[in-house]
Amino acid sequence: MYAFDIERPTSLTDAVTALGREEAQALGGGQTLIPALKQRLAAPSVLVSLAGIAEMKGICMNDAGLLCIGGGTTHGTVAKGAVAHYPGLADLAAHIGDPAVRNRGTIGGSLANNDPSACYPAAALASGVTIVTNTRSIAADDFFEGMFTTALEEGEIITEVKFPIPEASCYIKFEQPASRFALVGVFVAKFAEGVRVAVTGASNNGVFRWTAAETALSANFSVGALDGLSVPAQDMIADLHGTAAYRAHLVAVMAKRAVAAAK
Amino acid sequence: MTKVAMTVNGKSVSREVEGRTLLVQFLRDDLRLTGTHVGCDTSQCGACVVHVNGEAVKSCTMFAAEAEGASVTTIEAMANEDGSLNTVQQAFQDYHGLQCGFCTPGMVMSATALLKDNPKPTEQEIREYLEGNICRCTGYHNIIKAIMAASGQEIPAIAAE
Ligand SMILES: Cc1cc2nc3c(=O)[nH]c(=O)nc-3n(C[C@H](O)[C@H](O)[C@H](O)COP(=O)(O)OP(=O)(O)OC[C@H]3O[C@@H](n4cnc5c(N)ncnc54)[C@H](O)[C@@H]3O)c2cc1C
Ligand code: FES
Ligand code: FES
Repeated sequence: MYAFDIERPTSLTDAVTALGREEAQALGGGQTLIPALKQRLAAPSVLVSLAGIAEMKGICMNDAGLLCIGGGTTHGTVAKGAVAHYPGLADLAAHIGDPAVRNRGTIGGSLANNDPSACYPAAALASGVTIVTNTRSIAADDFFEGMFTTALEEGEIITEVKFPIPEASCYIKFEQPASRFALVGVFVAKFAEGVRVAVTGASNNGVFRWTAAETALSANFSVGALDGLSVPAQDMIADLHGTAAYRAHLVAVMAKRAVAAAK
Repeated sequence: MTKVAMTVNGKSVSREVEGRTLLVQFLRDDLRLTGTHVGCDTSQCGACVVHVNGEAVKSCTMFAAEAEGASVTTIEAMANEDGSLNTVQQAFQDYHGLQCGFCTPGMVMSATALLKDNPKPTEQEIREYLEGNICRCTGYHNIIKAIMAASGQEIPAIAAE
């Protein structure tokens, strides 16, 4: 790692000020950033740890019936705290990495990173969340801009994520066994207004909505409604873990499993 | 350099550290607590698991400065007061849950964290909980048996044996 300083502000205001400095970068749980720093893929001069900011942590239901999760809330806390409100989301959080990773990694860090194989982006896009930052609110449909790219500006902090709660939902991932990230993961969320389906792990453009499946499932929420539907293989990731055609095939299989298990 | 102060195995410690000093470096190099191992340094293997405020974390994937004010527990504090092995450690010995022993500190710390939350885990729950702890020697079955025994449960005929 290159050398850097660490700051530990206890308020959002102080964090924003600290992040205004040249080559400052936010540190969430560090479960992605620390490995990246070790590989010298990033060279910040100061890391601003968000872990001491109480106002960015925790889970609650707001008056509008949205599940509000602080940007600094760990995967482990979501796995426990969201069970009663949004079981599909809690189950996703409970299967990110391993317990030690879940004790540190945060929802804000995961969404800001937008790894093409990460789990939370699928939940956020399928749920149609609102991502709240220190300056504005961003709809999920406008947030993800392709692999490792988001609508966030430099120094912008995800402070909260607001989840509409579907009538039924499920996330199924086909795990890459070594990393436990999604080789392909599909989140299905059934709302009164229609069904949303988000796919992670598969596309070269990062998480995406599978609109053909949404239309079919909105008309008829059953596994059979997906018969014959497939995603084109040309945009799919091809690597040593699987070909593009294999991933395209998995998208349909995972979507069917998610519909079958949705509750 | 910044000064960090924390409690490690019940004792207050404070040292000057660099921002980039990992918690595991702080424990091993500054405090000479070398029971915590570095297996991969890429957040995969769990040999470096310690407890920070009671929660299992990979100490190779946390900075020492982030543990400011925290209470850290390492494998060195697991034995009974008279120096004999505690229940989990003794079960690892009794059930041959270790061979080379490199992964063992992390295994014991993870197992202890699991049993704190879930005193009678099923075989499947133990396997899932240990997903982030890699062992190159034992093939895991004896580790599972040791944790079942440490939690006072019957040792099952393990599925894949
Ligand atoms: C062994 C292992 C297995 C894993 N398995 C999975 C898996 O199965 N599925 C999965 O989805 N992920 C997995 N992960 C990644 C994990 O979920 C990370 O915790 C997550 O991707 C990043 O969150 P973090 O809080 O650790 O962020 P950090 O690593 O601290 O930061 C990541 C990036 O986000 C920025 N950032 C952090 N917080 C904020 C914020 N609040 N606002 C704005 N920017 C911010 C940082 O500046 C940095 O660029 C795994 C990680 C490991 C080590
Ligand atoms: S050394 Fe920390 S996870 Fe392997
Ligand atoms: S006993 Fe050798 S790595 Fe586990």
